[in-house]
Amino acid sequence: MSNINWETICNVSDINKNTGVCALHNGEQVAIFKVGKEEQLFALQNYDPFGEANVLSRGLIGDVDGQLVLASPLYKQQFSLESGKCLEDDSVILKTYMVRQQDGLVQLQA
Amino acid sequence: MPDTTELQTKNKLKLIVVGNGMVGHKFIENVVNHPDHENYQVITFSEEPRLAYDRVQLSAYFSGKTADDLMLTSEDYYDQHGVKYIIKDKVSTIDRAAKTITTESGRVESYDKLILATGSFPFVPPIPGGDAEHCLVYRTIEDLERITASAKGSKVGVVIGGGLLGLECAKALHNLNLEAHVVEFAPRLMAVQLDEGGGALLRTKIEDLGVHVHTEKNTKEIVAGETCRYRMNFADGSHIETDMIVFSAGIRPQDELARQFDIEIGERGGITIDDNCLTSDKDIYAIGECALWDGKIYGLVAPGYTMAKAAVSHITGGSEQFTGADMSTKLKLMGVDVASIGDAHARTEGAQTYTYINDAEGLYKRLIVSADKSTLLGAVLVGDTDAYGTLLPMMLEKMQLPEAPEVLILPQVEGGGESAFGVNALPDSAQICSCHDVTKGDLIGAIHAGATELAELKSCTKAGSGCGGCSAMVGQVLNAELEKMGVEVNNNLCEHFEYTRQELFDIIRTKKIKTFDELLEQYGSGHGCMTCKPAVGSMLATYWNEYVLSDDNIQLQDTNDIFLGNMQKDGTYSVVPRIAAGEISAQGLIDLGQIGVKYDLYTKITGGQRIDFFGAQLHELPLIWDELIQAGFETGHAYGKSLRTVKSCVGSTWCRYGMMDSVSMAINLEMRYKGLRSPHKFKLGVSGCTRECAEAQSKDFGVIATDKGWNLYVCGNGGMKPRHGDLFASDLDDATLIKYIDRILMFYCRTADRLQRTSVWMDNMEGGLDYLKSVVIDDKLGLCEDFETDMNRVIDTYECEWKKTLNNPERLKRFAHFINSDATDDRLAYEADRGQSKARIAQPSVRAEKAKGTEIPALEV
Repeated sequence: MSNINWETICNVSDINKNTGVCALHNGEQVAIFKVGKEEQLFALQNYDPFGEANVLSRGLIGDVDGQLVLASPLYKQQFSLESGKCLEDDSVILKTYMVRQQDGLVQLQA
Repeated sequence: MPDTTELQTKNKLKLIVVGNGMVGHKFIENVVNHPDHENYQVITFSEEPRLAYDRVQLSAYFSGKTADDLMLTSEDYYDQHGVKYIIKDKVSTIDRAAKTITTESGRVESYDKLILATGSFPFVPPIPGGDAEHCLVYRTIEDLERITASAKGSKVGVVIGGGLLGLECAKALHNLNLEAHVVEFAPRLMAVQLDEGGGALLRTKIEDLGVHVHTEKNTKEIVAGETCRYRMNFADGSHIETDMIVFSAGIRPQDELARQFDIEIGERGGITIDDNCLTSDKDIYAIGECALWDGKIYGLVAPGYTMAKAAVSHITGGSEQFTGADMSTKLKLMGVDVASIGDAHARTEGAQTYTYINDAEGLYKRLIVSADKSTLLGAVLVGDTDAYGTLLPMMLEKMQLPEAPEVLILPQVEGGGESAFGVNALPDSAQICSCHDVTKGDLIGAIHAGATELAELKSCTKAGSGCGGCSAMVGQVLNAELEKMGVEVNNNLCEHFEYTRQELFDIIRTKKIKTFDELLEQYGSGHGCMTCKPAVGSMLATYWNEYVLSDDNIQLQDTNDIFLGNMQKDGTYSVVPRIAAGEISAQGLIDLGQIGVKYDLYTKITGGQRIDFFGAQLHELPLIWDELIQAGFETGHAYGKSLRTVKSCVGSTWCRYGMMDSVSMAINLEMRYKGLRSPHKFKLGVSGCTRECAEAQSKDFGVIATDKGWNLYVCGNGGMKPRHGDLFASDLDDATLIKYIDRILMFYCRTADRLQRTSVWMDNMEGGLDYLKSVVIDDKLGLCEDFETDMNRVIDTYECEWKKTLNNPERLKRFAHFINSDATDDRLAYEADRGQSKARIAQPSVRAEKAKGTEIPALEV
């Protein structure tokens, strides 16, 4: 584990419950979400392949049949927060990132 | 190729329809919709300058509907279905041997079958002086134009004839600010449909409205007047003076063609037809008011429609026939509900009657039943016609009456068993909509085929889309059937809440719930979704009006609300400050201009009379809004499901035609309702006169000034399915106008489905417009005070959301593209055009390449 580097992005408290933020990480745009009372974190690419814009961090969080999803703010496609898979189109899978909470900080795997 | 077309046309049976009125058009519609329609070529002639329009709603022309609104068809529709139409040309000759017709302009056409749908003409009694300039009739749009023109120079107007049309016309004159009189030969109004008691009550009600009624008056002559243009001298020696006269003394069948060319007509006119609507010539049919069946002329549209159906059926080899029609009617005359069913005069031998009279509330109800009291023969209802829907099928279907028939007209008492006589008791053959001949069975068929919502059921069966009188009944059939099918209608908001939006609103209200988390915990499950979160966010905002970006509420807000701006396709936002009623100072425009230049925003004027800035990046939003607020602007809520704009014309301050100050009223309304979160966005419009420059009738609430106050139109909309608003109330003062809008809005916010526009909301309401009026004007539900309290709370707690956000550093953190960098999303691409550097968003592929992070060379602009 020690050989894995983690980049600190922000405080956990900087993310409002059940919303997302966008991080600049190794030159890439990463959307990070904080979900539920447990403050579970998820990280996906910020780029919306349907709307072709960097907006996913501004989407709405919910669940469909127990699966946590993110709805794109542009055209409302839903993506599994866990796997990045698009519910409406199997062929589209978003890039996911390793994210964790450490001492009240949000960290992405470098 | 031309040969084939020619051949095809030749093989087609050629149908010529003389007259393009409601019935003529219905005939054509039936042919066009027939499975074998390709075998027929239809040509129709009209002497009027336009195609078929809704003559039943003619009086609506006076309350602001235009000729276009009344159209039943269009040239496009006929073109699309290969129907040839010739207007402003009257068929003058029939050559029955050669099977051709000739028109006044000399056009000759051959026919295989000729359909006479020539309608009727108004009967003008032969009174000396009755042909004077301002003696008019009431039948066509052109007649109405003449009446309006004549009324302009008149103070007093008389309508001769106290029947349905006469009373409608008198109302129109009254609304045109004339002192209106009705002169009737018979001893009571609507003598054909009403008995003495009903007629007397109708008279009282109409006189209360300010229309003068004179019965048992036989006009002897019309001579020059002393105080007015004319004096009408009556046979009994009395007289009245008037400036104009409209004859509405009944109709006569337009049977001129039949008369001239030896087709059999009745002794007192009317083209004789059989059950197939065939005349004495086996290739000529007659339908509608020109036709005489079994010695009777039917002056209503519904029997005409049935004749049209029968004629089409006969031509196409079907078996439907015309076997007479019931003449029962239900209508609203000058705001008074009136209905007449079957044998209203108790002429059947041995008939027994039951009468209920309530002077205090102005009700008159009478039942006429058979001698053995087993079946209903007829009824007269004045003041309250709710029972019509139940009584009519009872009469038509000869249903067994309850033991005590009077329960059918007695006021409902708590625990009364009225439901036993409700729609469930009706057989499938019972006709529910007489305008479009829709039976209960037809409705049930459509419901089983999937039309499980009222608006949908109405549009696919056409039930309730004629006079609208059966609307409530259609709703009852729907509910009863769904219940019977055991279909649990799932109107649940989504998988997280097993409640409808209305139920959730009631829960929020009565349980005083203030957050989504609380509601989800107590009444829902899971995390919520993109359906329920914004919907609950909206309801909480409507009721509590708390900050939409509070820690609890922010997670609920959809794409636009969450950053208080409208997200555009590239992820940037548009910015729209409020410009109430479109009124803005020159300095205000300069300030806006400077901000637009500074942030390089694409600028456009919106349809709602304000200014829209495009291309603002997330991090720029607070900077732009800070400058806007300093310049005195506030948020325009262009991003919310809430009031958008109140559009206005310049009004009486400047306009030479303005009746009232529409700008001030529009500003008042916009400032009153700004920020109110609602099920769907809504708009208002205020016009200073009936020229309607603000296009108010296409708004959810349209306000139009008259010389007596404001007319309020409700539930209109533009957009995908444009709909003109319905006239809700007339000549209101400022306070009443606002009171009504307050109430309707709150009723809408509480009871509509999510994202349901006001128009669909009302169409889905059992009883529609009339019901809405009863809730808002008569306070039928006793909720008006509540509605007003709720509205006042929203108004009193209004805050500009942008101002509040700018004062909240914690919140402002969200307005950055990156949480961990000051960099911005510079991967946006625009092309300049027409003098604006962001006039075009780049091609999706170019934009995509940029957005994903591969740099592309700067674009040549």
